[in-house]
Amino acid sequence: MTGGRKITYREAVREALREALTRDERVFLMGEDVGRYGGAYACSMGLLAEFGEERVRDTPLSESGFVGAGIGAALGGMRPIVEIMTVNFSLLALDQIVNNAATLRHMSGGQLSVPLVIRMATGAGRQLAAQHSHSLECWYAHVPGLKVVAPATVADARGMLWTALCDPDPVVIFEHAALYNDESEVAAGGDLAVDIASAAVRRQGTDATLVTYGGSLKKSLAAAEVLAKDGISCEVVDLRSLRPLDDRTIMASVAKTHRAIVVDEGWRTGSLAAEIGTRTMEQAFFDLDAPVGRVCSAEVPIPYPKHLETAATPQVDGIVAAVRGALRR
Amino acid sequence: MRMPDTQKVHLSREHAAELLRAMLLIRRFEERCAALYSAEKIRGFLHLYIGQEANAVGIMQALGPEDAVVATYREHGHALARGLPPSEVMAEMFGKATGSSRGRGGSMHIFDAKRRFYGGNAIVGGGLPLAVGLALADKMQKRCRVTCCFFGEGAAAEGEFHESLNLAALWKLPVLFVCENNRYAMGTAIERSESVIEIATHARSYGIGAETVDGMDVVAVECAARKATDEIRAGGGPRFLENRTYRFRAHSMFDAELYRSKSEVEEWKKKDPIVLFSHWAEATGLLAAGRQEEIEAGIMRDIEGAVAHAEQAPWEPVADLLSDVYTPASGGPTS
Repeated sequence: MTGGRKITYREAVREALREALTRDERVFLMGEDVGRYGGAYACSMGLLAEFGEERVRDTPLSESGFVGAGIGAALGGMRPIVEIMTVNFSLLALDQIVNNAATLRHMSGGQLSVPLVIRMATGAGRQLAAQHSHSLECWYAHVPGLKVVAPATVADARGMLWTALCDPDPVVIFEHAALYNDESEVAAGGDLAVDIASAAVRRQGTDATLVTYGGSLKKSLAAAEVLAKDGISCEVVDLRSLRPLDDRTIMASVAKTHRAIVVDEGWRTGSLAAEIGTRTMEQAFFDLDAPVGRVCSAEVPIPYPKHLETAATPQVDGIVAAVRGALRR
Repeated sequence: MRMPDTQKVHLSREHAAELLRAMLLIRRFEERCAALYSAEKIRGFLHLYIGQEANAVGIMQALGPEDAVVATYREHGHALARGLPPSEVMAEMFGKATGSSRGRGGSMHIFDAKRRFYGGNAIVGGGLPLAVGLALADKMQKRCRVTCCFFGEGAAAEGEFHESLNLAALWKLPVLFVCENNRYAMGTAIERSESVIEIATHARSYGIGAETVDGMDVVAVECAARKATDEIRAGGGPRFLENRTYRFRAHSMFDAELYRSKSEVEEWKKKDPIVLFSHWAEATGLLAAGRQEEIEAGIMRDIEGAVAHAEQAPWEPVADLLSDVYTPASGGPTS
């Protein structure tokens, strides 16, 4: 990339936060340890000194309270970014997100809107055990009134936040915890905002489509690389947006490859993978040469020991095996 | 009727008549709603406010149009006292397209953005964090406004109650918390659900100035609200009122009231806020003989008009079912 520079996913999030706080004075960041501590994942390090305590606002451990306050502040004309440490903790705020943020516009007959952005970390891979490692994106993607996105690349981590802030409706951003140290080139300057509605084809292929998102993208790309050595050509679709789902991009790819495998770190039962499989059956049944496959997390609370955590979550080997199964090769 | 703080409120004849009119409007409106429920014009849940009118009416006297109100699922009284037209509230009860929320919310979800009336929240305690956020927005934008949040004593058992009181106190936010303690969380008496039955104690433990108020006395409520909002507007942070009140009717239309005795209800009815106030106002000469009858007649005309409006109003077309799940055209912060 010309004029590009290498930054980490974490730095991309931080730059996006800084840009948002600089561009619009109604924007403020609020959450547990976002200020003095610098963020549980160090995403907001340094922002307190730059923007002050009003706009980089440490909160008590009151997920429901401060998420609800974010909704109220959005109703009151602010553009809050609420950080929840992990998706597991967000369950304490589920009432506010599902019963208020998602409903207020429709239930008020279109009078209110909630321009709120909620960011949270998700996913396994860091041996944090069963109360810090789950992938519950699917629960949020189930809810009308919310938009749900999962930046899987550094560029998306950099560009999705501003677009989410420009959206008049609540947007939930899932940052996979295993991505924060990933490095990649992004453009040097200019407007780095990206759309938050479409899927992206991250690798072109002809034999099978891997549909994935978030922390599973790099595993899917690695699996595609392994399979390529054996002459199997995989297309990799990064969903980017989990609600709405970009059916068109998925189905266009399936029409080309005739096989689909969904790689989803959520549990299999009632998963996004289940939703995508059903949509593929509804919309592309006659394009398929094999049943839609799924690589999901084992149906178990994510365990602490490394070998069990690895066994519980989608890995490259499992993705490769699923593709071979679909191709019978 | 005790009227200890009367001197602190400017009780002109006009104002006394207005207090009575506002309370009577709620009473007669809801009596009509109960009949319309039996006639199956109103469906779903219907939570009547009858008995508690002095609270919404007294508190609203201290709020201006720039202030915000967050209420509960028992909010017809708050909506009417806030000035929402009875026709819009009634149409909402019917589920009609001209209702305050286009009929989508019904009895429990009355909203009016232009009157800064933010519902209509049917999750007990769920409105408190919203009120904190509305007040935070005002503070950050340096607007001198109050957000008034109504809830029942049942909410005091919810985590959101404690989280919100702590946040509002910690950030010194302009919130007036109004706990309408009607003694029953649905059918559970306060003694059976709270370890501390004076709810104001909780507020004080968070460092919030709190008072208990006779919620059957509209003047006492107005006095307390004026004092509290004056302190909030002066930058004193949140204030908390615990209004001791009682609902005369069942929790909802499905409630057989097995959890309280008829004699208890009858005892409380002796403190009927409308009867007490009108008798007192007549005795002190604030309300001329015959004035109440005039007010009643005007209210009945308004309610008949509201019912006629609701009867004739159209249903929202099914084609619009999905509208307003999301904003049709998105705008940006500055771009």
